[in-house]
Amino acid sequence: MLEALLLMLALGSVSGVLLGIASKVFYVWEDPRIALVTDCLAGANCGGCGYTGCGACAAAIVAGQADVGACIVAGAGGAAKVAAVLGLEAGAAEPLTSQNTCTGGFRAPEKFSYMGVNDCRAAYLLYAGAKDCAVGCLGFGSCVKACLFGALEIGPEGFPVVDAEKCVGCGACEKACPKGIMQVTKPSDRILHMNLVDDRLAPCRQTCPAEINIPKYIHHIKNKEYDQAYLTIMERNPLPLSTGRVCPHPCEDACRRALADDPVSINQLKRFCSDWVFDNAAQVKIPVAPDTGYKVAIVGGGPSGLTAAYFLRRLGHQVKIFEWLPEFGGMIYYGIPEYRLPKAILGKDVKRILDLGGIDVKTGVKFGVDFDLESLVGGGFDAVLMTIGAMNHASARIPDEDKVKGVIPATTYLRRQGLGDPMPIGKKVGVIGGGNVAMDCLRSSIRLGAEKVYCLYRRTIKEMPANQVEIEACKHEGIEFVTLCTPTKFLTDDEGNLTGIEYLKNELGEPDASGRRSPVAVKGSETVIEIDNFILAIGQTTDSAFADEEGTAVSRLETKWGAIMNDPDTHQTAIPYVFTSGDCAGPPGLLVAAIGAGRRAARGIHKYLMGEDMAMPENRLRVDPRRMSGHIPGTMFKSIEGIEKKGRIEQPELEPGTYERQHTYAEVDLTVTEEEALKEANRCMHCCLTCYDKDA
Amino acid sequence: MGDYILLAVGAILVNNILLIQYLGNCPFLGTSKSMDNATGMAMAVVFVLAMAGIVTWIMEAVFLKPLGLEYIRTIVFIVVIAALVQFVEIFMKKSMPALYAGLGIFLPLITTNCAVMGVCLINIKEEYNFLEMLVSSLAYPAGFGLALILFAGLRERIIIGRVPGPLQDVSIALVTAGFMSLSFLGFKGMI
Ligand code: SF4
Ligand code: SF4
Repeated sequence: MLEALLLMLALGSVSGVLLGIASKVFYVWEDPRIALVTDCLAGANCGGCGYTGCGACAAAIVAGQADVGACIVAGAGGAAKVAAVLGLEAGAAEPLTSQNTCTGGFRAPEKFSYMGVNDCRAAYLLYAGAKDCAVGCLGFGSCVKACLFGALEIGPEGFPVVDAEKCVGCGACEKACPKGIMQVTKPSDRILHMNLVDDRLAPCRQTCPAEINIPKYIHHIKNKEYDQAYLTIMERNPLPLSTGRVCPHPCEDACRRALADDPVSINQLKRFCSDWVFDNAAQVKIPVAPDTGYKVAIVGGGPSGLTAAYFLRRLGHQVKIFEWLPEFGGMIYYGIPEYRLPKAILGKDVKRILDLGGIDVKTGVKFGVDFDLESLVGGGFDAVLMTIGAMNHASARIPDEDKVKGVIPATTYLRRQGLGDPMPIGKKVGVIGGGNVAMDCLRSSIRLGAEKVYCLYRRTIKEMPANQVEIEACKHEGIEFVTLCTPTKFLTDDEGNLTGIEYLKNELGEPDASGRRSPVAVKGSETVIEIDNFILAIGQTTDSAFADEEGTAVSRLETKWGAIMNDPDTHQTAIPYVFTSGDCAGPPGLLVAAIGAGRRAARGIHKYLMGEDMAMPENRLRVDPRRMSGHIPGTMFKSIEGIEKKGRIEQPELEPGTYERQHTYAEVDLTVTEEEALKEANRCMHCCLTCYDKDA
Repeated sequence: MGDYILLAVGAILVNNILLIQYLGNCPFLGTSKSMDNATGMAMAVVFVLAMAGIVTWIMEAVFLKPLGLEYIRTIVFIVVIAALVQFVEIFMKKSMPALYAGLGIFLPLITTNCAVMGVCLINIKEEYNFLEMLVSSLAYPAGFGLALILFAGLRERIIIGRVPGPLQDVSIALVTAGFMSLSFLGFKGMI
């Protein structure tokens, strides 16, 4: 008996001592917080977090690789405790939610009829499932079975529907789905996601320069969930009221429905649901990621700057916008006249962005005059985004164009209007240019009291880059088009005031690089028109003269014809912490393109600040909306069959010829009624890659 | 030589620790839901058992037998195995971090694995000499791993099969284990 006792005693002490020594000799330094964090976790070692056991999960949390809420079992309470240990704020952690990315369901055609086990993974083993579409949902609901929280069900259309309230973001469905259709993501992941070649994208959605999920928001409108529709747009475009009014909607040119009757009036629907949200003062909640502690300066509060500010803030960074002019909106505030985009409407979009909190603003300061890169860096900013737009005008190469009194650059002309102090003009006004800016100048001149307004353009109306609707509106408002002309000389009176312009008639020659036939002046065809004012609207350039000053940080920026050069994917310039986007980064373009670029710039800055790989994914989808090229192969059809013809709704507008239309700045285009919006939403075929609702 | 081969085959197939002796059933059911976990567990068991077999055999030969203390064998072995696993964990964390990361949570789980204890006791009961003990301490866990991995393969398929509600998950797993056990009984005639 005694021996037994002694042996046990000896054994116990030897083991104890050995282990004690071992833990000293083989000591591995471990962050003491790991042990503390481990205590906060559920201790079930279930692996649900994706790590081998609670210890590994705790290590990952402390290392910052997993977020404080990684342990599903411990739930929100556990997350709060972990956060307390780490000194972070738990409440702000971003929610993970599951999303179904396939809308094919029953309507997607099948290659063969599958009669095996009712399970996606089983079905997938046989030629990747019966669905014709390589990426389509098989619909047997493996994901539904995998969900322990009852957050999923196979909906009436044959694909899974997520109940966002119940979903905890554990990722079980994502793991269960053999086709990668269920994706569990945080809002930040979704902001950073660029359209990929292997995403499930409708043609319109591929074409939108801002990558808005068009079928999804139209579907929400169809279900009368207008606030959800608005939020869907806000995932990609923080200026929906404005875009809904002025976007030339390249997406509609790609709309599959156009093959049957007319394209869906996508932009009118965007305008409708956004207006609805503001008119009904609907509460919308836009998620913002926990603070990262980084500060970003945005120089220029135009569309691209505002967009970048919005997304950077949502990614958790502190943002400060520096704007030279008194109001935000840049070219869409100072360039687009009131009758097309009322300032009050734009103001609502801007307010929504600034209301996110954490976005500071400073107006009335000019880069290169009041502050520069050195002062921003000194002020504690970790990155700078230059979105200074293109506020200088391009020259029309007519002698004395900057001397003659009465010749006005379009940018100045429109900006003065935007400032509420329009330039006085005479009774006869000529505008040179065929773009939207020229149209804006033409139509504003009518409203400023001109009696005769001419549009001078070197090619024909067909070649004008302006939106077709704008050209139509000009015609309605009595503007005269003088096409195929090259102005050569200003005529002035004795005091140097403009009295007329002389031009040569053009002929169209050979097509140039852009595919347009270039105009050739015909000798001896001089013609004169009498005008009091002449507006130059043939293009804008960026005022980047500050980059020429030697010895300053900003002089390291590369410029080309005024534009500040960047990497078009990451938007980073030659100075690593400086980024550019919008009009100042290349030829001025559409509002919606500036918005898309703003998000890409936000992505670049975020990746730069977080030390992540900035390169765009190899398989990024690059569509050129102008040439309608670059779409996912096989998604742009030649024809579709069996669609009942239902024409699209009209654009409601102020009656042409009325006093309101000709002489006031009242908004000309109007928002469609709810009834019409629903009618139009029901025309949408809710397309995916290759399938669509045949009976829409 | 022949004896050792016979011993190994016997330990792996004929007297399979899981399916014939019914030891180590909790990790068998617990870690067989996915192939990754099953292989991890199998490796950890082989590793730990080889060491535990040696240490317990020496304990028996040096202390218990000469002192006539066989009656406290079980409790001594429990302490030894627990301390050993702890030690291995500490040691590996420092010296073999890669292996440690791979075996991860399976190591501490083995402390409570009755198959380990069982094999150590079998080694003594069968009065194996040192070499025989070594073969048995490697062959039994190999059999454990074989059964576990086969079973994980089956379960991965069963999970996606059409199983009637009341039989789902552990129930069907136990039924399957029963069938596997039956088929392993077929090896009885081999030796
Ligand atoms: S999403 Fe994936 S797992 Fe779910 S039903 Fe569709 S194919 Fe099956
Ligand atoms: S399995 Fe998890 S991630 Fe998927 S729906 Fe359910 S709770 Fe959400």
